[in-house]
Parts: sequence; structure tokens; C-alpha cells
Amino acid sequence: MADLKAGTRLKSTVCKTEVMVVAASESPYDLTCGGAPMVSSAEEAPEGGAVDSAHAEGTLLGKRYVNEAGELELLCIKPGDGSLAVDGVALGLKEAKALPSSD
Amino acid sequence: MMLLEMAAQGFGDRVAFKNGEDSLTYQELFDAAGVAAGAIRESGREHVAMLDVSSLALPVGLFASAWSGAPYVPINYRLTESEINALLARVTPAYLVAGDDQAGVVDTTDRIQMMGRDAFLRMARTPGEPAELWSMDQDDVAVLLFTSGTTGTPKAAVLRHKHLVSYILGSVEFMSAAEEDAALVCVPPYHIAGISAVLSSVYSGRRVVQLPSFTAEAWIDLARREKVTNAFVVPTMLARIVDELEGAETAGMPHLRAISYGGGKMPLSVIERAMKLFPNTDFTNAYGLTETSSTISIFGPEDHRTAAASSDEAVRRRLVSVGQAMPSVEVEIRGEEGERLGPGERGEIYVRGEQVSGEYAGRGSSLDSDGWFPTRDAGSMDAEGYLFLEGRADDVIVRGGENMSPGEIEDVLLEHPAVADAAVVGIPDEQWGEGVAAAVVLKKGQSVAVTDLQAWVRKHMRSSRIPQVISFRDELPYNETGKLLRRVVKQELSS
Repeated sequence: MADLKAGTRLKSTVCKTEVMVVAASESPYDLTCGGAPMVSSAEEAPEGGAVDSAHAEGTLLGKRYVNEAGELELLCIKPGDGSLAVDGVALGLKEAKALPSSD
Repeated sequence: MMLLEMAAQGFGDRVAFKNGEDSLTYQELFDAAGVAAGAIRESGREHVAMLDVSSLALPVGLFASAWSGAPYVPINYRLTESEINALLARVTPAYLVAGDDQAGVVDTTDRIQMMGRDAFLRMARTPGEPAELWSMDQDDVAVLLFTSGTTGTPKAAVLRHKHLVSYILGSVEFMSAAEEDAALVCVPPYHIAGISAVLSSVYSGRRVVQLPSFTAEAWIDLARREKVTNAFVVPTMLARIVDELEGAETAGMPHLRAISYGGGKMPLSVIERAMKLFPNTDFTNAYGLTETSSTISIFGPEDHRTAAASSDEAVRRRLVSVGQAMPSVEVEIRGEEGERLGPGERGEIYVRGEQVSGEYAGRGSSLDSDGWFPTRDAGSMDAEGYLFLEGRADDVIVRGGENMSPGEIEDVLLEHPAVADAAVVGIPDEQWGEGVAAAVVLKKGQSVAVTDLQAWVRKHMRSSRIPQVISFRDELPYNETGKLLRRVVKQELSS
């Protein structure tokens, strides 16, 4: 379980995925990538882990991932082979908004 | 830096910035920022200042400073020599990148390590070891921007990484631009629009085509040559572009998909002519402040078309509004006692959101306890949330105890068929404390008597609003980003 705060960067311990928290509620989350808990980007990741085949959809650079309740939003800043999940439930892709360019 | 790192991963081979014949791809920009960050760290300086017109050194300097951890401070090169040195003195010890034409005005001091633009770029583009990884702390200061402060010493607005990243994530989708998309950037690099243009383009994957020195002819030429798809202009620039194209059926730029504008009030006549000259172009009006990391409200392409085609006066009037608040921010209008005002009521514009900084160096935060930022801009909002600007809250005229905003009187003057532009200010008045005065620019070939204009205002407003002085001008004074220099008008009309 980890406390997530907007701006926090986390990385997968089993693939190259790295995310930044865009929004989160205050309660801690059981966040995994590739089936293994994610760690702070600043930490050394343990070696030797592998992506769980049940969580191997992969992550896409620049996409946003949200949980069903919609209050947790992660931005993928480095893509990898594992997929993101909270409490074992896969996070969904957030649809892109179409805002006109203002600058 | 995170934004650029994502861009370099996602589309490193795309051209990121082009200036004349020289260009940098996203990967080259990332590499150059890493090398330059090493040099900045080694210098031990606390700020990275940039005193130059737009060049490839601008994005390199911006990202290298973020990588190195030293805040980026663009300086307005149009200021006087003593003003420039006074601002630089506030950010020493500094690493300064200066253009050839600017380097000469900088006082020699060992508190400033100066590098010419070309030498800086050469150094950054020489393959080498990038600096150690950047700090991931979103609370670090990214940019210090000196505001154009109408009175006294300019304030340095503090923008942290979290503000700029929130703005980008709230307004742009990653890699949303097509490979051939190109944005023409002609706003000055020391303006918030110059910073946000760099960040938005990098995140969306657009190629930025820089125009260091604006003329309408050069803008049109460059837009055609580079098949530009997006452009941001201030109202005075659009007015000159429209003038330059006078007589043409259309602008002949089918590739130009979107023009956004902001930075000052757009005259209705200019936007209407522009929409005819650029029939296939989407127009977006963006309103924002330095302290809010740029745009907080948008009047989008659909809004423009609906308003232009409408026979409903209230809807048509929205063409001169700045649109509705972006989904990621909240905007409200407050009265003098801080109370929230209803539709159509004039007051001060307040804004809240994660991109809003409202912090000044050495002065702390100006946000209230609930996170709202008082913009000092006066305005009103209609029932559907369209925001109308009425000038600065400080420009309010107090005549015999009655408050009036210059904007409402200007709007009435501008509706007169002979009037092209108008500025209303308060002037000293023995009887009323302040009186109303107007500087008016007439349309080409038109003439109208002062008494007729006064009668026009009387017909539309309370008599206290009638300008007691009306003076005709060839043009009104604007700064280079299209802001009306009201204090200049005030000085002239007061004497």
C-alpha cells in the first residue's frame, strides 16, 4: 500500500513502466504494475522480477490511466510491458479531451 | 524536463524547433539540454537568465535550467540598459545567455557569467556527457518571470514545476499533433505566452517555427513557406496581418488550421475581418496571466462561429469575451467586499486551480486561504459562464463616489459606426474628484463631432458616464503584446 500524491513519480519493479500521479485521494492504494507493487522512482528497484502474464497488456507513453472510481489518475511517462492495476483491478485508459489549442 | 523526456522518447526524430535554416529535433534538444545543464551546474550559478530574441538557445536554455535545477529567468531585452541591469542584479549569481545585440548593455560583474547565444548553442550541441539526473521535486521553482508592472518595481512571478506541468496536463494531450504540424511562435520569449508555447508544442509534438522579430509581412511569408498549421498572436499583430492582407479575398493559407490570440482586448472589427480572410481557420481566444501559468479561459472555434452567425445581440457580443473557464480551473467574479457576484455584475476576477501560482519572489503567496487568486482584472460573467474583461481593477474611475469601469464606456464608444478604437480613463476633476475622458481613433475616412459621440454615450448609458473630454488620435499606445498603455493615455488626457 502506498500513499499517492499528485506529482509523485513511481516505477515498476518488473518492467520499464514509470508513471506520475496526476490525481489521487488521500487513502493509500495497492498499486501494481505487471502484477508487482510499484516503488518510488528514486528507489532502487529489486532485480529479477518478471511481469505476471495476467498483467501484461503494457503501458503507453503519454496515456492517462484511471481507476473505476475515477479519483486516481496516472500519467505514463515511460512505457513498459506490464499493465497497471489497483487492488488487482486493471486501470482503464482515460479518453483524450479535445480542447482547442490556446498557445 | 519530464515533458521533454517524454517527447524525446515518443518522437525524438521530429523537428522540435526551427529558426531560419537551423533546427533541432526533440532528441537533439534533449541531448543539448543535458550538456548545457552540466555547464550550468559547474558554474555554480543560482539562476539561468536569458536576454535575447527567440532563437534555438531559448528551448535549450529553458530545459537546461530545469535539468540543472536553477530557475530560468527570461529578461525583456526592450527595457533600458539600467532597467535590464537592475533586474539582473536581482537574480545573481547568474548564468546569462545573451544575444549579440544585447550583450553590450550588461554591466561587467563577476556575479554574472555571460555567454553569447552562439557560443552557448555550440557548447550545448557538442556531444558530451549529460548532467546527472534532474530533481524530481515538483515544488522546485521552474521560472521567474518579471511582470510588466505598471507602477513601481517589476514583481518576479514564481512558477514552480507543478504549476507548469498542471497547465500542460490540463490543456494538451501528449503527441496530439501530426508529424507535419507546425506552430509559428512570434510572441516575445520573456512573456508567459512564449514559455507556454514552448511547453505546449513540446508535449503535443508540434514543430515550432520561430519568428524573432514580428512584422506582418514576415509572418505571412513564414506561415506560407513553412505551411504553418497553428499560430498564436496578440491582437495588434492580428490587426497588422489583416491590414497587410487588405484587398485580398482570402489569406491563401489553407494549411493554417488554428489561430489563437490573447494578451489584450481584440477589437470586434479585427476579429470579424480575420474570420473572413481565414475562412478555414479555427480561432481561439485565450485569457491568462503570468501568475496563472498562462491560459485560464478559452473562447473556442465553435464559440466564434456561433457568435458570428447569431442574430441574438447577447450571443454576438461574446465575440469580444474571453470565453469560459478551462475545465481544470475555476473562475468567479467578486465585489469589493469579496462577495461572489451574479451574472452580468462587474467586479474583480478571481481564479483557482493547480496551475495558479500567485506567488512573487520575496513577497510570498497572494492566494487567499481557499486558494483563490485575485487577478486585479475587472470583469463580468454572463449566465452561461462567458467571461468579459473590463480592464484592470485599478483602472476603475471613481466619479463623485460612483465607480465605473472604463471598459463599459469603451464598449459603447466602439459600437459607434465611425469609431475604430477607444480608450477611457479617469482624469482629475475639481468638482467630482475624477472625471471621464476618452481618446478615440476614427475609422479611415470617417469623421464625427465630439458632441455627437457624447450624445451617443448619453443614449446608451447614464449621464455620469459621458466623457467630458474626447480627443481624437491616429492610434492608441499599445505595448508589444497588445496591452493598452492606459497610463500613457491618462497622462496625455490629464494635462
